[in-house]
Amino acid sequence: MSGQMAEKLAYMVNQIARNLVHDAAPVASVADHIVAFWTPRMIDTLLAEGTSALDPVAAEAMERVKAARAAHAG
Amino acid sequence: MGYERQADFGTPEVRSETAVTCSIDGREVTVPAGTTVMRAAALTGGSIPKLCATDNLKQFGSCRLCLVEIDGMRGTPASCTTPVADGMKVHTQTPKLQKLRKGVMELYISDHPLDCLTCSANNDCELQDQAAAVGLRDVRYGYEGENHLGAAPDVSNPYFDFDPSKCIACSRCVRACDEVQGTLALTIEGRGFESKVSAGLASDSFLSSECVSCGACVSACPTATLQEKAVKEIGKPERSVITTCAYCGVGCTFRAEMRGEQVVRMVPWKDGKANRGHSCVKGRFAWGYAQHQERVLSPMIRESIDQPWREVSWEEALSYTAREINRIRDTYGRNALGGIVSSRCTNEEGFLVQKLIRAGFGTNNVDTCARVCHSPTGYGLKTTFGTSAGTQDFDSVEDSDVMLVIGANPTDGHPVFASRMKRRLRKGAKLIVIDPRRTDLVRSPHIEADFHLPLRPGTNVAILTALAHVIVTEGLADEAFIRERCDWDEYQHWAEFVSAERNSPEFLSPVIGVDAEAIRGAARLFATGGNGAIYYGLGVTEHSQGSSTVMAIANLAMVTGNIGRRGVGVNPLRGQNNVQGACDMGSFPHELSGYRHVSDAATRALFEAEWGVPIDPEPGLRIPNMLDAATDGEFKAIYIQGEDILQSDPDTKHVMAGLAAMECVIVHDLFLNETANYAHVFLPGSTFLEKNGTFTNAERRIQPVRKVMEPLNGYEDWQVTQELARAVGLDWNYTHPSEIMDEIARLTPTFAGVNYARLDAEGSLQWPVNAAAPDGSPIMHVDGFVRGKGKFVVTDYVPTDERTGPRFPLLLTTGRILSQYNVGAQTRRTANVIWHEEDLLEIHPTDAENRGLKSGDWVKLASRSGETTLRATVTDRVAPGVVYTTFHHPATQANVVTTDYSDWATNCPEYKVTAVQITPSNGPTEWQEDYDAQALRSRRIAGHEGAMEPAE
Repeated sequence: MSGQMAEKLAYMVNQIARNLVHDAAPVASVADHIVAFWTPRMIDTLLAEGTSALDPVAAEAMERVKAARAAHAG
Repeated sequence: MGYERQADFGTPEVRSETAVTCSIDGREVTVPAGTTVMRAAALTGGSIPKLCATDNLKQFGSCRLCLVEIDGMRGTPASCTTPVADGMKVHTQTPKLQKLRKGVMELYISDHPLDCLTCSANNDCELQDQAAAVGLRDVRYGYEGENHLGAAPDVSNPYFDFDPSKCIACSRCVRACDEVQGTLALTIEGRGFESKVSAGLASDSFLSSECVSCGACVSACPTATLQEKAVKEIGKPERSVITTCAYCGVGCTFRAEMRGEQVVRMVPWKDGKANRGHSCVKGRFAWGYAQHQERVLSPMIRESIDQPWREVSWEEALSYTAREINRIRDTYGRNALGGIVSSRCTNEEGFLVQKLIRAGFGTNNVDTCARVCHSPTGYGLKTTFGTSAGTQDFDSVEDSDVMLVIGANPTDGHPVFASRMKRRLRKGAKLIVIDPRRTDLVRSPHIEADFHLPLRPGTNVAILTALAHVIVTEGLADEAFIRERCDWDEYQHWAEFVSAERNSPEFLSPVIGVDAEAIRGAARLFATGGNGAIYYGLGVTEHSQGSSTVMAIANLAMVTGNIGRRGVGVNPLRGQNNVQGACDMGSFPHELSGYRHVSDAATRALFEAEWGVPIDPEPGLRIPNMLDAATDGEFKAIYIQGEDILQSDPDTKHVMAGLAAMECVIVHDLFLNETANYAHVFLPGSTFLEKNGTFTNAERRIQPVRKVMEPLNGYEDWQVTQELARAVGLDWNYTHPSEIMDEIARLTPTFAGVNYARLDAEGSLQWPVNAAAPDGSPIMHVDGFVRGKGKFVVTDYVPTDERTGPRFPLLLTTGRILSQYNVGAQTRRTANVIWHEEDLLEIHPTDAENRGLKSGDWVKLASRSGETTLRATVTDRVAPGVVYTTFHHPATQANVVTTDYSDWATNCPEYKVTAVQITPSNGPTEWQEDYDAQALRSRRIAGHEGAMEPAE
């Protein structure tokens, strides 16, 4: 997928994070949401761009998703 | 069944815990106290002559035909207005009564045409029947006196005529309009001999009046005065079939009254539990699209969308399609394939489409049009309550004391249920309407909303949080309910959040655009007014915070204890006939039927055992993701059953680009719709009149759809999907949709007790139907929430990124109108166009004046996404700064201007908020002209050059 797609996915995860920021455990909530509703390809596309440009909660959540995927693959 | 009139017990059913027993012509009968003598007699199988009485209207006592004699009572009371009493002895057929009735009938007939043999109601006329029943043999008064026989008919309505020469002034039509429909368009003008039925002012015809053509007056008329034009043209029906309407989510049941394979008329079925014998203009009259000349009946294929279509046999179309699907899967992988389940097709058809995608294509890339309407309902209600469905049945509204209607326009979108709401409101229930626009429900005859909160589009979460702030901080929360039914810690976390000053009406009022005191008043009314019911529509879901709004609604219901009994609840008004069913059937890419996530191994194992193939444990692409992936070159083929995404989905240019990038677009539909401009395969679809199956309405009611005629295209839609599945190598052998429902029941716990035999016997079933609820579930969460404890979710107001500014200073919101349905594919092919020939832009007088606009002017509607033109109508229904339009006509393409912003949780598009500018215009934009030219080119059919081409 293209950079344009990654940009859109970054917007989506930031939007999800903004809406879950008041949850008791926002990072876990965002990560759970991504795993439940995004295809692996969407997740990989965003992770390939890196998480540094994401909002803090979104970035942490994507790192958590990345770790879980690595653990699962391992 | 053969043709016979629906049973009529004369006066409405009475509910009472006390029973009384009386004797009617020696036959003993026990009925609820308050039941009339007329009804009791009908229940014993008798028939007291009547003309002004019918059992869906309050008794009127005007025709004097239903007189009876009662032992111990003086005179001859009217049986329609006399309640039975214990021990009462009634005589309905005596010489005295016969003489009286004959005298009454003689007077009626002295001013009625004697053209029975050539009358369109011949042998289906209550006046004729009653004349026979009373034994009328001659009319002593003659026919030369003053009469109404020369009165001119009103044929202005496209579906029915009004012939006053045949009117007996029984007022049934006027009362039906008042009591059943609630429009109060009709009246009796004049007195005595001058009395006549009038549609509004004397200068009005039925068409120019406020009549909404629901047909209640036509059904109520005991003569040929108000009658369907189709009956006049075709004649009396010879058989009838009970089936379910294919328009909105109310799910009205109708008797399709037939002559051979021709529908004569659709008459609302009195025993229908969703509509209780009522209908709207669409279901009652707008079914002519089924025989429209533009229906495509032959399969067609083409290698490229630049080519004309080529008509081919079913065999060739299916084998070509299968080859393309296999080629694309082999070349790009299974995830380059996908499909869309239709919310207009049956449960069984939807189930098969998602099964084909998952088991045949091998991917979870399946979605449904609910993505663009009620997907936030699924997410929000599942999160808070534990299941994705409304909590009530429609009858529940009879026990509501306060209705909160947010983001819904029921009189236009769900008219039959709106009539139920209006009936309850006229009896005293309170009403709060939260809507940027002054909908008809806000103020209509004998109804005025206690609060209309005209919020700025995009501030739903803010206003709901402000309402919650008032309820919590003023001590109006139902803590006993919350402690018993909800998670108390989560409640406290939420209560602390909503209590913050920044969530007060005073703080948020400038954002919302509504006076703080009005918000406080509405909150107090909802919390203290008795049974509070919330009804909502797409004005809630189609926002960047659609899911948050649904959860805020659920919070509001829980904090006030309004869940789990009649009269209360959270009620999503579903847009299309089978949105609920399509969602139930596992049409979303992340879940299998019954809302079970694909990652759940036990659920997958169940399906894998039944289907004999592995199911992908990862979620698939949603519709907008499919289009994104297509423009990125990764998604190549799509099977779309019964949805026109090019017209209905947002940001038209993006949808076009996505479709254009695919190598095989398969459209399975009735007409060459807009999406078909980009299709390579067209598979002709069948209408609801031509298929068997079930639809599930907004109250989770599963109702039979029955075939009343053979499909013009040769196959029911489930058969087409089955043939496609077989072509790609699946060994499917269903012989009837009942077998598909049996499979659904085996695999879906909430449908475990559903089968066709029960549906035929009981008429309908409301899921869940299982061991815990063997007779179904009219009300949900009665003793506890499906998820256990109700979950309060903090819903922080996050403003949309779609902002107004100097270039785009106005906010556009969209909606629908009574006479049209969705993208108009069906209703635009009926006489309903007489009421709505084009989409109009509503604009406030101040905004219009600033731009030098008046009603009827062409205007350019421009946003960051695109621009289109349409004509303006200047009205104060919309607030300053807000404009509104419908999306029923492809010529307008309102979705050219909507953006690709969407709900954070579900990607449901943000249709309801677009920053726009309005400027005067001379006519269509260059883009509209280019679009029209491309559409015309793409609809060419080889061998049909020069003929009228099927076109949207």
